[in-house]
Amino acid sequence: MAERRGRILIGAGTCGLAAGAGAVWAAAERALTDLGLPDTPVIGVGCIGYCQEEPLLDVELDGQRFTYRRVKPDQVKRIIEKHLAGGQPVTELLLGECVDAPNPYPTLPFYAPQNRVATRNCGFIDPTSLSDYEARGGYMALRNALAKPPHDIVEAVKASGLRGRGGAGFPTGRKWELAAKSPGPHKFLICNADEGDPGAFMDRSILEGDPHAVIEGMVIGAYAIGADEGYIYCRAEYPLALERLRDAIEQARQKGYLGNNILGTAHSFHLHLKEGAGAFVCGEETALMASIEGRRGMPRPRPPYPAQAGLFALPSNINNVETLAAIAPIIRNGADWYAAMGTAGSKGTKVFALTGQVNRTGLAEVPMGISIREIVYDIGGGIPNDRELKAVQIGGPSGGCLPASLLDLPVDYESLQREGAIMGSGGMVVVDETTCMVDFARFFMAFCARESCGKCTPCREGTTRMLEILTRICDGNGTMADLDRLERLAGNVKITSLCGLGQSAPNPVLSSLKHFRHEFEAHIRDRRCPAGVCKNLISYRIEADKCTGCVLCARNCPVEAITGEKRKAHVIDPEICIKCGACFDVCKFDAVIRG
Amino acid sequence: MEILLNGTRVAVQPGQTIMQAADSAGVHVPRLCNYPQLKPSGACRLCVVQVKGARGLVAACTTPVAEGMEIETDSPTVADARRDVLDLLVSNHPLDCFHCEACGDCALQDYAYQYGIKEGSYDGARRQVEVDDRNPFFRIDYEKCVLCGICVRMCDEVMGYGAIDFAGRGFTTLVSTPYGVSLDDSACVFCGNCVQGCPVGALVPKSQVGAARAWEMKKVRSVCPYCGVGCAIDVHVKGNRIIKIEGAESPANHTMTCVKGRFGWEFVHHEDRLLKPLVRRADAPRGAVGREWFEEATWDEALAAAAAGIARVRDGVGPDAVAGLSSAKASNEENYLFQKLLRAAVGTNNVDHCARL
Amino acid sequence: MTNSLDEIADANTILIIGSNTTESHPVASLRVKEAVRRGANLIVIDPRPIEVAEAATHWLQPLPGTNVAVLQGMMNHILTTDLWNMEFVDSRTEGFAEFVASLDGRTPEWAASVSGVDAGLIRAAAEAYATAERSTILYAMGVTQHSTGTDGVLTLANLAMLTGQIGRPGTGVNPLRGQNNVQGSSDMGALYDTLPGYRKVNDAAARTALAQAWGVADLPAQPGAAASELPDRIMAGEIRALYLMGENIALTDPDANHTRKALTRLEFLVVQDLFLTETAAFADVILPACSWAEKEGTFTNTERRVQRFYQALEPLGESRPDWQIIVELSARLGYPMPCASPQAIMAEIAATVPQYGGIAYERLGEAGLQWPCPTPDHPGTPILHREKFARGLGRFSAVTFRPSAELPDAEFPFVFTTGRSLYHYHSGSMTRRARPLAEHRPDAYAEMDPATGSAMGLQDGDLIRVTSRRGEVTVPVRLVPGTGSKVIFMPFHFREASANLLTNTVLDPVARIPELKVCAVRVEVAQA
Ligand SMILES: Cc1cc2nc3c(=O)[nH]c(=O)nc-3n(C[C@H](O)[C@H](O)[C@H](O)COP(=O)(O)O)c2cc1C
Ligand code: SF4
Ligand code: SF4
Ligand code: SF4
Repeated sequence: MAERRGRILIGAGTCGLAAGAGAVWAAAERALTDLGLPDTPVIGVGCIGYCQEEPLLDVELDGQRFTYRRVKPDQVKRIIEKHLAGGQPVTELLLGECVDAPNPYPTLPFYAPQNRVATRNCGFIDPTSLSDYEARGGYMALRNALAKPPHDIVEAVKASGLRGRGGAGFPTGRKWELAAKSPGPHKFLICNADEGDPGAFMDRSILEGDPHAVIEGMVIGAYAIGADEGYIYCRAEYPLALERLRDAIEQARQKGYLGNNILGTAHSFHLHLKEGAGAFVCGEETALMASIEGRRGMPRPRPPYPAQAGLFALPSNINNVETLAAIAPIIRNGADWYAAMGTAGSKGTKVFALTGQVNRTGLAEVPMGISIREIVYDIGGGIPNDRELKAVQIGGPSGGCLPASLLDLPVDYESLQREGAIMGSGGMVVVDETTCMVDFARFFMAFCARESCGKCTPCREGTTRMLEILTRICDGNGTMADLDRLERLAGNVKITSLCGLGQSAPNPVLSSLKHFRHEFEAHIRDRRCPAGVCKNLISYRIEADKCTGCVLCARNCPVEAITGEKRKAHVIDPEICIKCGACFDVCKFDAVIRG
Repeated sequence: MEILLNGTRVAVQPGQTIMQAADSAGVHVPRLCNYPQLKPSGACRLCVVQVKGARGLVAACTTPVAEGMEIETDSPTVADARRDVLDLLVSNHPLDCFHCEACGDCALQDYAYQYGIKEGSYDGARRQVEVDDRNPFFRIDYEKCVLCGICVRMCDEVMGYGAIDFAGRGFTTLVSTPYGVSLDDSACVFCGNCVQGCPVGALVPKSQVGAARAWEMKKVRSVCPYCGVGCAIDVHVKGNRIIKIEGAESPANHTMTCVKGRFGWEFVHHEDRLLKPLVRRADAPRGAVGREWFEEATWDEALAAAAAGIARVRDGVGPDAVAGLSSAKASNEENYLFQKLLRAAVGTNNVDHCARL
Repeated sequence: MTNSLDEIADANTILIIGSNTTESHPVASLRVKEAVRRGANLIVIDPRPIEVAEAATHWLQPLPGTNVAVLQGMMNHILTTDLWNMEFVDSRTEGFAEFVASLDGRTPEWAASVSGVDAGLIRAAAEAYATAERSTILYAMGVTQHSTGTDGVLTLANLAMLTGQIGRPGTGVNPLRGQNNVQGSSDMGALYDTLPGYRKVNDAAARTALAQAWGVADLPAQPGAAASELPDRIMAGEIRALYLMGENIALTDPDANHTRKALTRLEFLVVQDLFLTETAAFADVILPACSWAEKEGTFTNTERRVQRFYQALEPLGESRPDWQIIVELSARLGYPMPCASPQAIMAEIAATVPQYGGIAYERLGEAGLQWPCPTPDHPGTPILHREKFARGLGRFSAVTFRPSAELPDAEFPFVFTTGRSLYHYHSGSMTRRARPLAEHRPDAYAEMDPATGSAMGLQDGDLIRVTSRRGEVTVPVRLVPGTGSKVIFMPFHFREASANLLTNTVLDPVARIPELKVCAVRVEVAQA
């Protein structure tokens, strides 16, 4: 069999591996050997974003790329044999949209509205290969930058309008300008790769899929502000990202992109990798620096700002992974190119992690200003089972819930802030009618209460008290006075807390109270959970008229709470019922009523 | 530089914090975690104030003043937030002021009184910690701790030992030694400066436990009787007994002490104290050593005997057959009188003290 | 101290020699730590692995008794590398040529061969001290309690003058005084050769002035007996009566057996103390004094700061303040003193002691005053020798290194050295009666290097017998890494294992301070 020019790409980020990409990869290697094609490269690429359909296996052949979805190891041999060797795609296994159109990425509904800048290489290159990165223009921006005075770089980043993607959205160029003005000779540039938001994984994807993009951004940033030493603070829960970074730093060092006299210039930059201490708050910049210094990761008040006295009391600049990954394209394509995307106040693109009750989940990088509706319906493909969209939660535990009525809100810093959400790090959870907003707020509050560092009073004590009140409401023991107290406390914790964690922890509660107050009131006044989630507030009964006496419910009840003769109406004993909902789910005649 | 503090123009120094500026203007901003000798930490959030144009409230202890800054230290928003923060603290604090050593000398109690908080309004979980009685110097009752971190910073920033730090997270945060071992087995040197800094009753000298509360004690300024640093101290006294000693402000020590200065005073009340003059019994053999060879005497008898013995040698053998050793623990006045006695009353230069030992 | 405690925090280089600062002067050590946190160099010259040594940027670990050699090696290096301060030497000092000659051949290599300290380290320390903008020297009994103690102090003065590190903020030669009022006792003339205010007893003018003030015809002109000489003078029958105010020489004297023997020889002994001490047991009359808390007065701390202390308690039992007892006794000796109160005594001090001329109770406030304070409106003197030295020009001293009087030999192969522990003090008569301290550190111990210890089959807590030419003690051992294979250390606070039964009485010829820091001992495993 003649070998054809082709290669296999396997989505082997943490998401892909979790879905079984490892076994697919092994199966591919085996199949290629079996089929006598041992020289065909199999490349583990980073996450391309379409996490829901993983494991993804792409066959690249004669410049065309076909994507196979949810691949099982036992399908691999057939794909390789028929497609790679035989030139015939296995259509029934392809990602639907690929059947008629190879190279589907630009046109796939999931990808069409996207504009991939920070994630430009993710899923397209071998992240362990520096030459792959270089082949797509990698480190060109660094060469350009080093040929200009540092001031020009700062100006370019300012003109691009890039704002920090770590949450607060502080203009990156202004930050660099401040750091550049701080007196040297020793300064630090730190990359914040702690990514502690539950449900956020864009930074991980970039680090795993394109580590050099971050390193290049850092070297350029270091040059711009005059830093000679740097740290990447990456959470320990990201072993693959750490491995990719470790290797990439070594490659860059050997190639002269890091170290003394980078590319023969006077610029030197030494980069260290630091494993995180495993707390959400360590992502807060002052806590992060304390953690690098070997102290307990606790935030401290600013001023002094990092630019004045940061790591080891020296001038420091700290940026998020995604921020840094956008630097090289800005330098290469020009500030105007970047600034042309987005809105007046929010330029460029932002990566979102789309999860929850939506048809297509995954990572999507979109231009700022795109509407929530476009993200949820065009990229995400809408809500499964034709349910109603109820809310979109943006920004994780620091963010807020926006109701369906705001679907046309443009996603930019200003608009989100106005409506009580925040961009945060870019988590976007789609919620339908089966989610209880009180319970949902409680989930985020529990996270913040657990992760509060314990230093300042309002956050340490207040998050737990808010959690207690929310729990009371979910349990049906809340009072209207509780609601007032919750609102007052949330407001006070927000304005009095020391760091961003406490200042934003009340956001989910406050925004839910703003847009979904009726649900809270239903829990309190009517002792009812409209979404049917809060166990204490729901009961199951069987409507005798509808019950056919099929006994399916009785057979599925784990505690034998349902009695009744065959073909006669059944009854549920509320004393025994544990509200698991098994009967509700199995009844074919909608006779089980939840209320 | 000028700011507008509660509507009044106030001159301030650049670099001052809002708290410092308010202090100099005589405006008290409540605080728990601020301590003069320590870097501000911004932990308790009682000192939040409103600054025009700022997002949220700002901590007065860490925010520097700026030209023209408009500050409200007790606006309705501030007062409500502050009351809520206090409420949170009180809600997680045992209300057993009846038998707390810090009663009457407790910042939390004072502010709760000022802000009208009778009891915490948040019912729910309460921190529960056993009293740590393991070291001989002070009692640790972390149930009363407000996590101001003064003790932690004292041990780190001033003492340099870092024997204690925060442990745990969120609501379960506690001050602790590594692995919770007794301070006896930690880097602690029992200077007790942390105890003095504790604004509540979490750290209390054992000598005070069950013995006295603030208003019962008289505070007398003194100087440590041990080494030559000469730390200024306050001796706290009730009923002619020392209850505890704390460091006082002097350029010599700036309120700090070491373990001896703070905890080394019990010898004053020791049962071995000589309370009556003693003279050697008439039937005691020469050179016999020990208490049993002495009997009690009146001061007149003892002084007469002492003077007679010295005078006998002075007048019989000569002044230089008498010698005296003064004490490096005695006061200036006493040392002066002692050498004067030897030189003028006896007539010898045989006077010394053990400066060198 | 020539300078003030707070200035230590601002120094760029701190040289600590013979001071276990964190244990003996803990609150002074806080300033050292502050300076180190700010990036100061810390040079520690000490044979033991004490806390400041471990925090040091330069730890020089000489054999006990070789301080002078190390310092001379440093000065030799400073001279040969031209790091000395010519302007200061020219304008402020004299005796430079003889001094330079005395350093001939005292190279770092020579110092290394005598002290065991690496020559490179001696050089580095010399440079760190000489080149810093502000360098300060802190020292304590580890310098003075040697038969060559005076040489040590003079050598430190030489070093400071050579580099101009004196007379400015953050510099100076700063002894840390052991007891809370050593400074004041000396200021007040409780010294065998010195009148109040450091005037020599043979200074006729000073004597006349004082005699007049005190209403006596004349004062003795011959120097008296130093404390360290008393046992011998008593044994020789020259001294027959002794009046001790709060001293426990039976425990704190070197070769305490000798002292105890002398006490039995006295014709008459008066002891004035809080407790029936080991020494009081020998007395004919014991006068119960009250503690500092039961009286008022002033103490002068190590930075010459005169501070008031107030009466906190009524005297316990029938005990009386020392000053009252002295007044009573004096009257019965036919010399009534007109002093009604400590305040009145201070007024007399101000009138007779020039340095205290401006000191009065009303002025002392919370911060006290640092002498010299000659006049009622003088603000006190934080820094000595600013424009000139007390005697005008600073005098260099040509010092010759001498080894300790008793060096280890085949029979007594270890160097024995003594000192304080953080939790106890002096003879322990106060601290061992303070329950928390006694509970926390109840027992005596001797420190020894782990390697040496385990070679003898010893473990922490095992009993050893330490024997010198003068006596022996049995004590549990603590194996402390870094102690030095030939060194045994014991604190001297414990009467049941009194270190001073072993120590040597040999005196420094000038200061008459005994060599408590070095003698030779033998160590054996003792049966429990
Ligand atoms: C509780 C808390 C957690 C944070 N976690 C992260 C994080 O995981 N990653 C991140 O980049 N920024 C995080 N931040 C924001 C950082 O403090 C900081 O603003 C950011 O790293 C600055 O980079 P940027 O300007 O590029 O956004 C967090 C902030 C807070 C208050
Ligand atoms: S007593 Fe002193 S050493 Fe011990 S924990 Fe407190 S501050 Fe630290
Ligand atoms: S023990 Fe006292 S000083 Fe320490 S954190 Fe708690 S309240 Fe503050
Ligand atoms: S408290 Fe400690 S350091 Fe201060 S004078 Fe007393 S013994 Fe010295």
